Amino acid sequence: MQTNLTINGTPQRLELDPRTTLLDALRHHLGLTGSKKGCDHGQCGACTVMVNGRRINACLTLACMHDGDEVTTIEGIGQPDNLSPLQQAFVSEDGFQCGYCTPGQICSATAMLEEVRNGWPSHVTDDLDGGADLTTEEISERMSGNLCRCSAYPNIVEAIRKAAGENA
Amino acid sequence: MSVSKPLPHDSGHLHVQGTARYVDDIPSPQGTLHLAFGLSQIAHGRIAEIDLQPVRDAPGVVAVLEAGDLPHSNDVSPSVHDEPLLSGHSVHYVGQPVFLVVATSHLAARKAARMARIDYQPRDAILTIEEALDADARFEEGPRIWEKGDAEEAIDTAPHHVEGRIEMGGQEHFYLEGQAAMAWPQEGGDMLVMSSTQHPTEIQHKVAEAIGRPMHAVRVETRRMGGGFGGKESQGNALAVSCAVAARLTGKPCKMRYDRDDDMIITGKRHDFRIDYRAGFDSDGLLTGVDFIHYTRCGWAQDLSLPVADRAMLHSDNAYHLPAARIESHRLRTNTQSATAFRGFGGPQGMVGIERVMDHVAHELGLDPVLVRQRNFYAPASVLAQPASDVPKDNSPENNAEPPEAGVDLTSRGAVAASSQDAAVPNAGGAQTTPYGQPVEDFILHEMTESLMQSSDYAARRAKAAEWNAQNPILKRGIAMTPVKFGISFTLTHLNQAGALVHVYQDGSVHLNHGGTEMGQGLFLKVAQVAAARFGLPLEAVKITATDTAKVPNTSATAASSGSDLNGMAVKTACDEIAGRIAAHLAKLHQLPADAVTFAEGRVHVGEESYTFEEAAKLAYEARISLSATGFYKTPKVQWDRIKGQGRPFFYFAYGAAVSEVVIDTLTGEYRILRADILHDCGASLNPAIDIGQIEGGYVQGAGWLTTEELVWDDDGRLRTHAPSTYKIPAIGDVPEVFNVALWDGANREDTIYRSKAVGEPPFMLGISVLMALSDAVAACGTGYPALDAPATPERVLAAVQRVRDGV
Ligand code: FES
Ligand code: FES
Repeated sequence: MQTNLTINGTPQRLELDPRTTLLDALRHHLGLTGSKKGCDHGQCGACTVMVNGRRINACLTLACMHDGDEVTTIEGIGQPDNLSPLQQAFVSEDGFQCGYCTPGQICSATAMLEEVRNGWPSHVTDDLDGGADLTTEEISERMSGNLCRCSAYPNIVEAIRKAAGENA
Repeated sequence: MSVSKPLPHDSGHLHVQGTARYVDDIPSPQGTLHLAFGLSQIAHGRIAEIDLQPVRDAPGVVAVLEAGDLPHSNDVSPSVHDEPLLSGHSVHYVGQPVFLVVATSHLAARKAARMARIDYQPRDAILTIEEALDADARFEEGPRIWEKGDAEEAIDTAPHHVEGRIEMGGQEHFYLEGQAAMAWPQEGGDMLVMSSTQHPTEIQHKVAEAIGRPMHAVRVETRRMGGGFGGKESQGNALAVSCAVAARLTGKPCKMRYDRDDDMIITGKRHDFRIDYRAGFDSDGLLTGVDFIHYTRCGWAQDLSLPVADRAMLHSDNAYHLPAARIESHRLRTNTQSATAFRGFGGPQGMVGIERVMDHVAHELGLDPVLVRQRNFYAPASVLAQPASDVPKDNSPENNAEPPEAGVDLTSRGAVAASSQDAAVPNAGGAQTTPYGQPVEDFILHEMTESLMQSSDYAARRAKAAEWNAQNPILKRGIAMTPVKFGISFTLTHLNQAGALVHVYQDGSVHLNHGGTEMGQGLFLKVAQVAAARFGLPLEAVKITATDTAKVPNTSATAASSGSDLNGMAVKTACDEIAGRIAAHLAKLHQLPADAVTFAEGRVHVGEESYTFEEAAKLAYEARISLSATGFYKTPKVQWDRIKGQGRPFFYFAYGAAVSEVVIDTLTGEYRILRADILHDCGASLNPAIDIGQIEGGYVQGAGWLTTEELVWDDDGRLRTHAPSTYKIPAIGDVPEVFNVALWDGANREDTIYRSKAVGEPPFMLGISVLMALSDAVAACGTGYPALDAPATPERVLAAVQRVRDGV
């Protein structure tokens, strides 16, 4: 079935089996292998991308459900000579070891910082209306869907904090 | 100089843009075929009838292979040829590959694989340690037993005793990148293989056997893995061999990757252990003798189980001098996944045994466990006579004239030596010896733990926790320090070798290759730092390239934490060879001695003159001087007799210590790690940023093993925890709220690369402090000893709280 997606700003017309996940559409049909498949069950976060600005596990949604949507993958977040603040911070803070979770972490964190800017509270936010401070606890809670088996977590938190600070 | 600097990972820019390529990201050539296994549904039995016609008829299927269809060797074992790629008629665990589907897509292959009709004749399955003992199902003819002195006598005559048992579960690697391989047929029947493996040479060896060609016809390349942790030392063989066999059959490139559930169901994990212990000690807590019995569940095939169980025995002392010890080890055969290498390789299990004894002894005497631990430490290196410089009698494998058995993969840790060698170890300094006779000459844990006690404010926090516990009936706190002394070297002595290949091009850029593989541990960066330092070049001048069996042959697995020790030294030798040739040439031009030539800051200085490195390379090239060299290194001093349990298996020890504090909820058994303080010894660190990352990651992974990571098999031998929904690895919120990690400042006493120390595995065992802190918190609930098994899930903690309250 035909599905129209805008991927990283470029319109794409795809002929797909309706059961194709968004992740498989990206990796297999568009050759965008930056989004990783860690579990294919929505449990590790390695496949996180943004759909219309909101983060989503690409393995857990069908491509055809997003007809007309804007999808941003890790490939669309920055340019080689113009990395996003989060990408830069992950490099400078060494927010990875093997790097396999990194694209998902960065997509997730990009959207997460937007959620914070929009004043969305999390489970650990004290003041439901007053916005959240990016404490370690707050970052951990909001990034809990992205596993890192290398446990580069302390540096991931540092990278996010750094990028958030620079953007504030 | 580029060494000792906290430089960020070399592939960082690629990782953050998603352009770092893993095997499954390599663009597949047109017509690539995809593979999937059909798996055994029973734990043990015979296949009475198998009908694969529905599989063959399924859409997209190109071929279906059974054991009998394999053209050559049907074996993917890293040790004793007991692990067929495809099962044939008897099956030995739920998840064993029975047949192989080759199809036009990954999905088509997986769907088709489910359509087989198989009639099984089930047999009794051996699943547990008890069942294996009852059936005497084991590897090797009987238990391995190593002894030092008369442990029984020492225990019986001691004023105090403890005895008990601890069970510890296995651990799934959960490398975030699942197993993957791709094979690409070349002209004349040759094969190019891309594999996510820690051991390209073994893949090469196994593929060559499977396609009936010499090793020279197979080239294996590995750029990086998305995590390995030991799970890619031997477990990738099946995929790479399948791809190569199918590629040969079809003439098409073939690719295989396991979906996560299949990966967890098919591949081996950390060995689970039961350890029975008995210890005698005096009223200060000083041990007089210890007796350990290790029961190891090895799964259905031998794989690397013997050296794993050996390493557990080798770490039964951890940091403590045992005047008398007896260690008995049973390697049991069960109808489960074949347990395999996992960070620490048995060391963590052995160490948990003695740490439990320390905890139990302290509880028995009502002493602070830190005091008991420190009292039992080996004597400090500082009180020893000068280092023993005499070279031991050379009885290393070089002098072995016996040809090894044909077909054995000599580069595998599974190729354990069955023969005894004379292994008398010199001990000129009069150091205390381990239960296996190695003098402990570099012991620094007295100083390290003293420093850690101060920096972590242990005494005050322990007092505070006690105060808190006296006031709070529901939440209880616990705090514990555990040390790590981990032996560095492959215990199979001949594996302690490495090669490198270095080219300098005429523009002064450097191509670097070595036998180690990159799985996130930062090996490539560390080794590149060494190369840059030798040539006095900035890091950017050195090109890091994929591990490639065509460039460096006969490599050992990147394992046993040895990656930078071995490959760093090999690269240094190669670089020094080239630098020496350039220096000799320039010195001659200037009629100066060769030592008047130095390499620094991108330039080559000759007396008063100075050239850019590029100019120097050009001059050498024009003078017809080779700018390419291989390097080779073998670890000195090591020798080991695994049958007698005597020798010097380790070149040196790496040390560390951690203090962890936890709080438990006695109503639910739930807990959190409040704070961790770590002091770890990396010698003179090659890259402090990388090393701290390894330490943090190792600690968290070790804590995960002992707390939340629980593997559950049902009564039919089915693994029920085969996805992250049911198998819980640490998430970002499981990191201690306060996490202080520092490096111990000190050079390696042994002559390693820039006097650094290996760091891959040792920090994993710092996680043991979490288990001991939980034990401490549970102990605060009553008078009994918690005897907490691992993983200490909330259920187990709750049960232990109950026991302690009941004063059992
Ligand atoms: S691959 Fe999508 S969440 Fe794991
Ligand atoms: S860096 Fe390896 S999984 Fe996160």
